[in-house]
Amino acid sequence: MGKTMEEESLNTERFLIRGARILDPSQGLDQEGDLLVEGGRIAALDREIPVEEGVQVIEARGCWLLPGLVDMHVHLREPGEEWKEDLESGLRAAVAGGFTAVACMPNTRPPNDSPEVTRYILDRAREVGRARVYPVACISRGQEGRELAPFGELREAGAVAVSDDGRPVADSGLMRLALEYARSFDLTVISHAEDPGLSAGGQVNEGPVSARLGVKGIPAEAEAVAVFREVALAALVGYPVHIAHVSTAAAVEILRRARESGLPVTAETAPHYFTLTEEAVLDYNTLAKVNPPLRSEDDRLAIREALSEGLIQVIATDHAPHSPLEKEVEFPAAAFGMIGLETAVPLTLNLVREGVITPLRMAELLSTNPARILGVPGGTLKPGSPADLTLIDPDRVWVVTEEELHSKNKNTPFLGREMRGRAVLTVVGGRIVWPE
Amino acid sequence: MGIEFPHRHLLEIGPLSREDIEVILRTAANLKEILRRPIPKVPTLRGKVVANLFFEPSTRTRLSFERAAKVLSAEVLNFSARGSSLEKGENLLDTVRNLMAMGPDLFVIRHPASGAPHFVARHVRIPVINAGDGFHEHPTQALLDLLTVWERKGPDLRGLKVAIIGDIRHSRVAHSDILIFRKMGAEVYVSGPGTLLPPEREALGARVCLRVEEAVEGAGVVMALRVQKERHGRPLFPSWHEYARFFGLNRRVLAQAAEGALLMHPGPINWGIELAPELEDFPGQVILEQVENGVAVRMALLLLLLKAGEA
Ligand SMILES: [Zn+2]
Repeated sequence: MGKTMEEESLNTERFLIRGARILDPSQGLDQEGDLLVEGGRIAALDREIPVEEGVQVIEARGCWLLPGLVDMHVHLREPGEEWKEDLESGLRAAVAGGFTAVACMPNTRPPNDSPEVTRYILDRAREVGRARVYPVACISRGQEGRELAPFGELREAGAVAVSDDGRPVADSGLMRLALEYARSFDLTVISHAEDPGLSAGGQVNEGPVSARLGVKGIPAEAEAVAVFREVALAALVGYPVHIAHVSTAAAVEILRRARESGLPVTAETAPHYFTLTEEAVLDYNTLAKVNPPLRSEDDRLAIREALSEGLIQVIATDHAPHSPLEKEVEFPAAAFGMIGLETAVPLTLNLVREGVITPLRMAELLSTNPARILGVPGGTLKPGSPADLTLIDPDRVWVVTEEELHSKNKNTPFLGREMRGRAVLTVVGGRIVWPE
Repeated sequence: MGIEFPHRHLLEIGPLSREDIEVILRTAANLKEILRRPIPKVPTLRGKVVANLFFEPSTRTRLSFERAAKVLSAEVLNFSARGSSLEKGENLLDTVRNLMAMGPDLFVIRHPASGAPHFVARHVRIPVINAGDGFHEHPTQALLDLLTVWERKGPDLRGLKVAIIGDIRHSRVAHSDILIFRKMGAEVYVSGPGTLLPPEREALGARVCLRVEEAVEGAGVVMALRVQKERHGRPLFPSWHEYARFFGLNRRVLAQAAEGALLMHPGPINWGIELAPELEDFPGQVILEQVENGVAVRMALLLLLLKAGEA
């Protein structure tokens, strides 16, 4: 876990956030009010809290106060690929984007398939501070898809979930074992749902765009087949599965049927899937090359509908930094992935402005639900909880530039785009970590 | 002895009534005295021939049956072979027909294929005892386990909690034990790694616990199973180390059990894996009693099945 209780109670900072629109799905709360932070915890939450002497007041009129945002899908690249990102830069990007906690995927070098790597990440997270870090460990040793990683030892070292993210688990038998074994240790199982036989060699969504570009496509069915398998296995084992980065209408339909059958399946999508389409790669723009690929307009609309209906319960960024070494190359040679920590809030606010989701649903998608699915604290503003808070100015206009971004690499197709809305204050365990 | 035993074979626990089980155990308890004599031999089954057919390596069970037969003065034919599960059908029947020519009076069969003893029983006119078939059952082990518990806890098992820890899904010992202890009124709890646990609906009426401590808590009998890391070439848990750490029994876990709890194991034991070495002198450890009771139970079954045929 990010910090010990002891460290938090040492923090004697007291401050009052005044006049914010308070959005707390855990209490069904959407109302104007004040929130008092004391000793690292939320001391009080009310329509009005009298200001005591010595309490710093933060005027927040016009801003939205949410339980600290939790990004359950980021690649921090440490250990082993520090030229792309490290905990220092990645966590700075996280808090600048309004995230108080991130779950980091295990496809590092070496992959996080041993308690040593998990402990290394948590030790580094403690050194760096800022946001809380929840390591996601590998499903299979070396992410090779053959033998289970030591879930018990990984859990003990501090992992909260398992995933072979970056690579699908091709062997359905192994995925079944993973769900069965995860049950023993209460670990969240996150599936990078992709049928490798269908996606092999693919670069972009399969369809008119792949045809025009003359590159091999990744059909939507590569995702649908895998999502269907995970739903079936979750039903067989009777243990929940969480589907990462849903990008297709076909997958949404399967999620709909799973929900109708009452199956324990949750899902996330990333802002780029509800914002962009495959058109973004038409000029061989490697910054828009991502896996799963940006899909068709129909898919994009289906993802928005799924967010509105609650078929997809989480927005996670799949923040995937790559350096120019991996991105400034010919299209087929370019790595998949884009950064996302610092653009998630304004892009999600677009959904609110367009009437797709309510502000309260936004808080659910970015905080309460991911915290619950990972089984970690957070996602609530109930007094007594650790003071993990995100204050958003929904109308702050800014332009995405390399200078504005804190991630070590700037690989985002949103460079140059005007954004509306931004995290203006990020508090972790009662400590203001953003702005610095 | 006024013996009433209405079964021709012993293939599985299911068809046995409580009374049948009591007959077997009482007979075994009586015969046990013979084993302690200076010359443990009686002429009861003189002239009878017991054929041991072992298609899986097993020293202990085979020796136990062999000794049971010899104490009762029966002759023993030992046949051992590796039976690949693919070839089982034809080879098994050929083997059995060949052995029939040698005039056995009873077959004891261990086979990697579930149902192999049932298959043989349909093709022969003599009694068949299942000495362990595939993932299915090991009824003589269950009977000797029950006898061991009886001797220590008395015959009324109502309210007794029995915890079985290990590979429940693939263990014929677990299957037979769950059935027999439930039949006798005990409550059975099972635990082990999630990959080795059956879903509740397939647990034969046992309660499935994800945490070993939960299964062991308040148990009067704790049984560890021998674990194998692989089944059909696929590892079912990450490492021996992790198994021992999270699913092995040790003093700390057994401290949750009831006062005077028995610790049992069907053998052979992987010390340091399913049982911590510190448990060798655990006060309720009855593993050697299980071995002795194994001979007694098998004597009883030979007697009951062979004598009943004569009556
Ligand atoms: Zn992924």
